[in-house]
Amino acid sequence: MSARDAILKRLRERADGALSAPDSDFAVVTGRGWSREERLVRFERWIGSVHGEVVHAAEEDWTDVLAKVLVDKGVRRLALGKQHPVAVEARRALVNAEVELVDVDRDIEQWQREQFDDVDAGLTSTRGAIAETGSLWLWPTPDEPRLISLVPPLHIAVLDGRTLEDTFFDVIEKHGWASGMPTNALLISGPSKTADIEQTLAYGVHGPRELVVIVRHADDVIGSSARQ
Amino acid sequence: MSEQTAGVQTYTPREFHRQAHDALGNPQIRANFRKAMDGLMAKRLDSFDDWDLDALRELGANIRLRALARLPDLLEKLEANCEANGIKVHWAEDGEQACRIIRGICENHGATSVIKGKSMVSEEMHLNAHLEEAGIEALESDLGEYLVQLNQQTPSHIIMPAIHLNTDEISEIMHDKTGTERTRDVDAMTAAARQQLRERFMAAGVGVSGVNFAVAETGTLCLVENEGNGRMTTTVPPVHVAVTGIEKVVEHLRDVPPLYSLLTRSATGQHVTTYFNMISSPRKEGEHDGPKEVHLVLVDSGRSSIYQDNELLDTLRCIRCGACMNHCPVYTRVGGHAYGTTYPGPIGSILSPHLMGLEETRDLPTASSLCGACGEVCPVKIPIPDLLVRLRRESVGEGRGNVAGAGIKRTRKEVAAWKGFQWLATHPAAWRAGTSVAGRLRALTPARLGAWTQHRSAPRPATTTLHALVKQHQAAKTDKEER
Repeated sequence: MSARDAILKRLRERADGALSAPDSDFAVVTGRGWSREERLVRFERWIGSVHGEVVHAAEEDWTDVLAKVLVDKGVRRLALGKQHPVAVEARRALVNAEVELVDVDRDIEQWQREQFDDVDAGLTSTRGAIAETGSLWLWPTPDEPRLISLVPPLHIAVLDGRTLEDTFFDVIEKHGWASGMPTNALLISGPSKTADIEQTLAYGVHGPRELVVIVRHADDVIGSSARQ
Repeated sequence: MSEQTAGVQTYTPREFHRQAHDALGNPQIRANFRKAMDGLMAKRLDSFDDWDLDALRELGANIRLRALARLPDLLEKLEANCEANGIKVHWAEDGEQACRIIRGICENHGATSVIKGKSMVSEEMHLNAHLEEAGIEALESDLGEYLVQLNQQTPSHIIMPAIHLNTDEISEIMHDKTGTERTRDVDAMTAAARQQLRERFMAAGVGVSGVNFAVAETGTLCLVENEGNGRMTTTVPPVHVAVTGIEKVVEHLRDVPPLYSLLTRSATGQHVTTYFNMISSPRKEGEHDGPKEVHLVLVDSGRSSIYQDNELLDTLRCIRCGACMNHCPVYTRVGGHAYGTTYPGPIGSILSPHLMGLEETRDLPTASSLCGACGEVCPVKIPIPDLLVRLRRESVGEGRGNVAGAGIKRTRKEVAAWKGFQWLATHPAAWRAGTSVAGRLRALTPARLGAWTQHRSAPRPATTTLHALVKQHQAAKTDKEER
């Protein structure tokens, strides 16, 4: 008998008999009832507590904020996609900037060394965020591959202020994750960190040392209140 | 569990008493653990501040129970969904078989170097030693595991592998083994390790990781981490092999958030980890990175035998947060290595006997004061103290005999002593006569009574038995009343 069949047989022919499965009440992980503003405040507080930097921008001029972040952080080479509106708008705005744009729509095998050693920042969109934990959710695509948010020392993520949910459970339920998962789904909450050396927190151990979240606001009201 | 390649510092559960004794005499170990565990306990409590912790633990326990109740069906569903997503699923009866499967995958791809994310199952089955024998180098990439591996040790905690080492010791290890300049600057040490390991990620032919939750509904493997080494391991090399115990499966995707909330808060007091990495397939057509092959190795290794018994089954609920060890007064004092097992602390004491048999691990169920802290903090409400007592019973042959090595501690002397006590305690006349004789012969009690008298004086029977005292008291009372 194969290992598979032997294991399943032992589990099925359980000595103490079949088990009954209890029902689950998920109330404790949902139903927070936060307003849009509260979500933003919570998101910013939590991601800030783990060294994520949040900058706010109006939808129409978020690329100005991006340009400023790039200058402030001394980014010379920025890796980004080509098709997502975030990438399209960024490329258009940065055409005359002092920053070299690095195409990411190449198989990693062709440019691994370059990506590891010679890219200062990766720019990605996000699908949304979670207020309760200050987490971004990303579903990498061919246009924005998995390693762009991991390998460069700085990850810049663009988040729409409207796309926050209260909890992780709410994200999974409201966005129907169970009916179609991508190759890789990610929650990202801050830059890479470790406390393996005597409980001392250090950032940037394997992934980015810094994470900047540009939150885009459709109207100034939410933007200004979240800024306070 | 201690037999590893030559040069590796070894510990064995058979030597628990000696190892615990040595650890207790090592002020460095005691200080390192005390400091770390105090911090972790406080942080855990803070992190649950806003929560209805009872309701969340209840849900966590109930999700795990549901998964176990449907385990064979869910494993089949997981397999079917993973395969449909392009993930190749393998089954292994034991660690040895799992090691061979993983070695085979490496050899098929001509891989001579493997980069590893944190995986306790791979520690349990000694994967690194197995691969090294086959000429394949396996390098740990979790910073703590990397340091422990450089130091030729094994992890002393399931979440924080290098918790037994302090900054100076780590600086010395990095200097000795990698030529890193000595420093007390943690950022500088971290940066050095980052540089060293990035080269290895690029060079590795295969990445091996563990799995925190395997979702049957979608065929998704979930990994919880802070460092990003898990994402590197599962994304950079051309092949990813995930290895996990068969009990890690959950039914639905919606079962994941409550367990994740419990895991990070119980483990390190974090409200969330930096990364939650959910992998459902290898690189698809048109995608530009990620492994071209993903394998899942499901390891039984004694788990299906734990599964047979209604009480022992609870052991399999564990989500490997380590809260039980963080709160254990024994673990905090003797540290993780003293146990001599892959899983130390209370969870190790209830799990290891099944993985290694009670003959090897006979002292572990007694490595507890039964204070109950482990059971109180367990995020999935495993009644750890009850299970410790059950294993104590099994080890003296008073259980159901469902554990390998049951009855190993049974001695004729002890059995006779308890039988004698039982007879005496149920025969009042004999009991009174016996205790009265013991009182009269009290001068003859030995001054040394083995372990009991190491730190205490030997007990002596009282001159007058309690029975006699009560009788005297009552007689005096009646006297008074009559007068």
